[in-house]
Amino acid sequence: MSAASHSYLQAGRGIGSWLLTTDHKRIGILYAVAIATFFLLGGILAMLVRTELAAPGETIIGPDQYNQIFTLHGVVMVFLVIIPAIPGILGNFVLPIQIGAKDVAFPRLNLASWYIFMAGALMAVCGWILVGRVDTGWTFYTPYSSGASNAVLWLTSAVFVAGFASIFTGLNFIVTVHKMRAPGMTWSRLPLFVWAVYATAIVQVLATPVIGITMVLLFLEKLLQIGIFDPALGGDPVLFQHFFWFYSHPAVYIMILPAMGIISDLMGTFSRQQVSGYTFIALSSVAIAFLGFLVWGHHMFVAGQSALSSIIFSMLTFLIGIPTGIKVFNWVATMYRGSVWLRTPMLYALMFLFLFTIGGLTGIMVGVLAVDVHLHDTYFVVAHFHYVMMGGALIGLIGGMHYWWPKITGRLYNETAGRIAAILVFVGFNLTFFTQFILGSQGMPRRYHDYASFMASYPEAAMLNMASTAGSYILAVGLVMILVYCLHSLLRGRKAPPNPWGACTLEWTHTGPVPDAHNFHETPLVTRGPYDFHIADDVFGTADKDL
Amino acid sequence: MNNQETLWLPEAASTVAGSVDALFYFILWVSTVLFVGVIGAMILFAWRYRRKSPQDRPVPVRENKLVEASWIIIPCILVAIVFVWGFRVFLELGVAPPNSYEINVRARTWSWLFEYPNGAASTELHVPVNRPVKLKMSSEDVTHSFFVPAFRVKQDVLQGRYTYAWFEATRQDTFQVFCAEYCGSAHSLMVTSVVVQSQDAFEAWLADNVLDESLTPAERGERLYTQQGCFACHSLDGTETTGPSFQGLAGSVRTFTDGTSTEADANYLRTSIVNPAEKIVAGFEPLMPGQYATTLSAEEVDALVAFIEEQ
Ligand code: HEC
Ligand SMILES: [Cu+2]
Repeated sequence: MSAASHSYLQAGRGIGSWLLTTDHKRIGILYAVAIATFFLLGGILAMLVRTELAAPGETIIGPDQYNQIFTLHGVVMVFLVIIPAIPGILGNFVLPIQIGAKDVAFPRLNLASWYIFMAGALMAVCGWILVGRVDTGWTFYTPYSSGASNAVLWLTSAVFVAGFASIFTGLNFIVTVHKMRAPGMTWSRLPLFVWAVYATAIVQVLATPVIGITMVLLFLEKLLQIGIFDPALGGDPVLFQHFFWFYSHPAVYIMILPAMGIISDLMGTFSRQQVSGYTFIALSSVAIAFLGFLVWGHHMFVAGQSALSSIIFSMLTFLIGIPTGIKVFNWVATMYRGSVWLRTPMLYALMFLFLFTIGGLTGIMVGVLAVDVHLHDTYFVVAHFHYVMMGGALIGLIGGMHYWWPKITGRLYNETAGRIAAILVFVGFNLTFFTQFILGSQGMPRRYHDYASFMASYPEAAMLNMASTAGSYILAVGLVMILVYCLHSLLRGRKAPPNPWGACTLEWTHTGPVPDAHNFHETPLVTRGPYDFHIADDVFGTADKDL
Repeated sequence: MNNQETLWLPEAASTVAGSVDALFYFILWVSTVLFVGVIGAMILFAWRYRRKSPQDRPVPVRENKLVEASWIIIPCILVAIVFVWGFRVFLELGVAPPNSYEINVRARTWSWLFEYPNGAASTELHVPVNRPVKLKMSSEDVTHSFFVPAFRVKQDVLQGRYTYAWFEATRQDTFQVFCAEYCGSAHSLMVTSVVVQSQDAFEAWLADNVLDESLTPAERGERLYTQQGCFACHSLDGTETTGPSFQGLAGSVRTFTDGTSTEADANYLRTSIVNPAEKIVAGFEPLMPGQYATTLSAEEVDALVAFIEEQ
């Protein structure tokens, strides 16, 4: 009985075996293919935005097109890429195996989630072509969106639909983690990735309905002319912002928590050391999931909310920032007296620490009331959230994809190519976004099609914007390179051993090079923690010697 | 105090700017130290403990309570300092001194209007130097945001609710005002200046800009053209921006998106202003605001028509 004959990849042939599968691993791959496509789309839109901004004045597109493009870029990247990516792809593939389960608790619901997600996604993308383009920004602020065309309603419906996929996935993971753990897999033996996806799932279930309700209210207002958000109808001009951020701030944790989980696993495995502060990292993720609901108002310090609310929101924001800072210290400390192996996934983990630390520290900057008054709605904020969302969430995802790639595909990728691409991504990213911090603190407002007027007071804006655009091209080259060597690995890559990294979690130690359709031959009995490298010499496998 | 532009911040020209900047630089330096510490440790460990052989079996590290306590307590202290400091400066920014000079600000898609206590009005903000100025702001349509980088002042401007901002300019010069809240096609062109003048020059300027009752209708129309913000979309020199230019408009033949056409007589101009959605000029989007029927009086519409007819 060779392992290969049971590989989940061979468990069925033809397109139907994929589109109707209830195997969590295959569903993970369905998400991967879809999200990679949307990421490509969002990336192309970003390149258009950056190219337009390479020089002042109109460069390649007019103001209306520009506004539509940055709107679609935001919607695609937030709702179709970052929010679903890690839970959808890696959560699906890895989480059940890591806890020693055969599948998620509700496999059919899991497949349904993917279809709902695709329905929402296609509504958004096709609506753009068939119904009309939206230029409100991904935040859909009223009253601007009240006056915009009805295409806004279509796009918000798409977000509404995609939201259900997120809720169902969250529900599935919560039940899976509670009910499906293998014997001996106690809560304190859960890998930190599982803890992170679990905490994320709580936010998905609790927060996502709020954006759904908000979108419904927007609908009611437009169709029935009931004044809710639009002051012209007697609505409240800032109410929408409250509702929107009541979801969208927790959504920041939907985006970043799972990436933190990946980083914890990577730091442990590639340092061959206990992850420092395991209990703290595990529990603070869950605490953040709840506290994240109390800080939405820090997006609105100058929006016209009362000064007292601003003060309270600022304070809570700092409270939630501290555990995040401590996690960074823990990750660095994990390397202390370890055996650090700088393979491509680890390069991304270190890159995450670098970029996310900048994202976090600038988060403190914009969380400080008086300073935020100056920085709000400038490029400083744009740079800050790209450091967190892309430098954090997406770099975490890319690191995780490199880490689990051999397990998902059964093949290795070219390590040299991986390292070169990582360097390009790092250089390109910093050139693109670090320059934007300076532009922003000098006062360049965001969502500007043309910054000629800003150059009148700050001529350096031309040079910095040009550098930012150049950086985005380098970043794009790095990302395309990843795509190329991954495709090459799929077709030509060397066969991967079962545990190429010498990792300690079940997906590496208890499955073949590629997991079986039902993950394990027999239910694993767990007798140790996820990072007990010292007592589990046998589990490293032998393969890493010849890598 | 250093008022010059620095690497990170623009020139500082208001009384509060100094406090904001000091706090900004404090956070920047503390952050830099923390960042260098964290990343330095990361690089050091990655090098010092690099894997020498696949057989490496490092001994688990015991958690060190002292180190852990310190990395909890130090950030808490830093954050407390920064919060309290930020809170104090925020109050300074939020509370206008009682003797402030009050100016009304009206924002509308893509232009600003400033109204002074003596009845003068302008699209550029004029203020006296060394005197606190309080802005009472509202929007006629979507949300905008009043932002003067050199003063470190920003406040969203809402429809149906007043918001306030204040500043005291410390230098006679001209500074830029931006709209910081996204508001559509010409968001990045919703720019004006704030002209800081000596008290005397300011008063002279005010007197020159009071509305004069003895103007001809066309002259009144010219004023309305600026005050009502028509200039944001209609030029007078033939260049086409968001809307058609007024140059040579009266008397010309207009074609519409539905294929019909008509001559632009006074009646047509009148309808175009009070009911712009009725006919959309070919080649343009239906972007003209629809509120003028209610916000303009009949005389004002007449004056605008008279003004357009002279172009
Ligand atoms: C937000 C931009 C905007 C503002 C502000 C604006 N307009 Fe317009 N206007 C347009 C556009 C776009 C058109 C062409 C589409 C249409 O016919 O409605 C137009 C058309 C017109 C026309 C018909 C022009 C023609 O070529 O036939 C007149 C007259 C006019 N506007 C007058 C005014 C006056 C007077 C004001 C100020 C009280 C004003 N507009 C303010 C955007 C604007
Ligand atoms: Cu505006």
